[in-house]
Amino acid sequence: MNRRDFLKKTAVVVGGLSLPLSAFKILTPKELLASTGSKTKTRWVFLVDTYKCVGCGMCVKACKLENEIPYDANVTRTWVERYVITKDGKTFADTPKGARDGFVTSKIDLGEGRYQDIKDKDIDKAFFVPKLCNQCENPPCVQVCPVGATYQTDDGIVLVDRKWCIGCGYCIMGCPYGVRFFHPVYHTAEKCNFCYHRITKGLKTACVQACPFGARQIGNIKDPNDPVAKIIMTERVGILKEEYGTKPQVYYIGLDREVK
Amino acid sequence: MVHGEIWTVKELFTYPNEYIYWSIQIVMYPFMTGLVAGAFVLSSLYHVFGIQQLKDMARFALVFSFALLFAAPMPIVLHLQHPLRGINVMMTSHFTSAIAAFGIVFFSYGAIVASELWFLYRKHFVEIALSLKDKQDKTFSEQLKFILYCTLTLGVYDISEEALKKDEKAIKVLAGLGIPVACFLHGYAGFIFGSVKANALWMTPLMPVIFIMSAIVSGIALCLLTYIAVMEIRKLLASRKKTPYQMYQSKEELKSVEMHVVKITAKYLLFFMIFAISLELLDLIFRGYTAVKSWDVLRSVIYGRDFTDIFILQYGIGNLLPLTLFLLPGLTLRRTVIGVLLVLFGVFMMRYNVVIGGQAFSLTFAGYMHYHLPIIPHNLETLKEGLFGAVGIFVMPFILFYFIGKVFPVFNYKDSH
Repeated sequence: MNRRDFLKKTAVVVGGLSLPLSAFKILTPKELLASTGSKTKTRWVFLVDTYKCVGCGMCVKACKLENEIPYDANVTRTWVERYVITKDGKTFADTPKGARDGFVTSKIDLGEGRYQDIKDKDIDKAFFVPKLCNQCENPPCVQVCPVGATYQTDDGIVLVDRKWCIGCGYCIMGCPYGVRFFHPVYHTAEKCNFCYHRITKGLKTACVQACPFGARQIGNIKDPNDPVAKIIMTERVGILKEEYGTKPQVYYIGLDREVK
Repeated sequence: MVHGEIWTVKELFTYPNEYIYWSIQIVMYPFMTGLVAGAFVLSSLYHVFGIQQLKDMARFALVFSFALLFAAPMPIVLHLQHPLRGINVMMTSHFTSAIAAFGIVFFSYGAIVASELWFLYRKHFVEIALSLKDKQDKTFSEQLKFILYCTLTLGVYDISEEALKKDEKAIKVLAGLGIPVACFLHGYAGFIFGSVKANALWMTPLMPVIFIMSAIVSGIALCLLTYIAVMEIRKLLASRKKTPYQMYQSKEELKSVEMHVVKITAKYLLFFMIFAISLELLDLIFRGYTAVKSWDVLRSVIYGRDFTDIFILQYGIGNLLPLTLFLLPGLTLRRTVIGVLLVLFGVFMMRYNVVIGGQAFSLTFAGYMHYHLPIIPHNLETLKEGLFGAVGIFVMPFILFYFIGKVFPVFNYKDSH
């Protein structure tokens, strides 16, 4: 067989094979699951009503105790941010110790032990924004984990396997919301998981239960009768950092353009 | 204490969990892989493109690349919170992650370098093995040497003209194959950073290309530096004692060979340096021109907080100064040494400004984080992720090179290639 014949025959074989093969479609496990109709009936979502939040920090405290994050370590699974926008258009924001102890002073924490005093008459608007893991539909942290130690459950929660995490920190770098950190004791990646051990048993998350004002709610978006799902479906809600394409599943009422 | 808290100082509004998690060892990682890739590309210039003037440099660069190869994954091991679990990457590779393929890329590259070395030194192994085989009453060390070299021949003792011709062809193929793999090894390190969409400074498709170019620059610079150092030592030995081993190369001979190789290599260094700088500047200009949401905070970091690191240390002392030194006519050895040292420093600063600079601002775009390199270690964390850890990683390939050079003689070795 000379070169010309070889090329000719190769072209025929490749052409002949690719035609019938193109009739097939490769399904991902997810697509296969969807096509067989065995879909899970739960997709956990979170709703935060920022109008109701007063920055007391009960949620942060409850979270730390419930999820065994060392109380005095400067990391936390959930936190509350304070925003103060002054009449001259400046925005000040802080979250001292993640607001674990609430906001005990009206002075804004600028870091490195410096504080900014803002007079009440200079303030245009001020509000609190609780933050937690967004349990993204398209989670970048899961994408970048080199060993698959962090994964998404069928009901949408992103979990970390403490026995398998190598502690490279790529997921921490990949999260645009800054919700991940290294656990000070286990030295593995750590994050909010909507208190998965509680919600799967029909309980509320620790932060939802601790909030005295009902600013935090958890629900199932796939259940049309779920009060949280109803609000998300029928009212105007916002999400954080939409531009990253992560499809976050924590919805906010009363979000402001200044919220980072 | 939380990991990263010890060397991070936060300012203005940052999220509570933000720290500089990727510290000095992650600066060392692309720096070291860059040296590996660069050294290999330099050696391939001779083997593949037949640039004869680089012949002496080529073998040296290949052996050095092999020594560097062992040091390249060490920064990652020192960085991992669970270093013993590092093997998990190979066991359950999660291929949507850029890091997951590290083992595969690294080992395939290692296999290429090792086999190319084997073909290059096969004749040498066989000769030594055969000469020891015939020798009666071998001493213990000779016996060990005999076993080592017998193993290294892999049972192939054919060193006829014909067989060596085939070796040469194999080297050419492997060197050719090695160039894309070496570029991939390093472009891939660039991809690890460039694909992090959460980081405004890192995310650019130019990142892998910038990394490859600066990798080649640093690789050539390090080879040049080590080459000069080794030649100087040999000159010193040649003038001091006249052992039969060094008889056939006098000090003057060595000097002229050295200067010739240095001048040629410096030309290639310049060529790749201009590429690297152009790409880096393109990236900077593009960011300023498009000025997307993150530009405000990036500008304050680039032109404000990190001005000294970026414009004085990296572009000024690390790029502009050596460029001038190399471009001025009448290149001398001393000027070359200063030049390559500055180039290496410049590439290191580039890695530093990417890795640490990328974490100098908060995800809020409204706060900053300052990095303070731990110098005096007071626990394991500050030892491995501090000055000592970084220097240790940098010194490692030189020590390895000393030992590897015993088996793969880089100089005073005549062959048919």
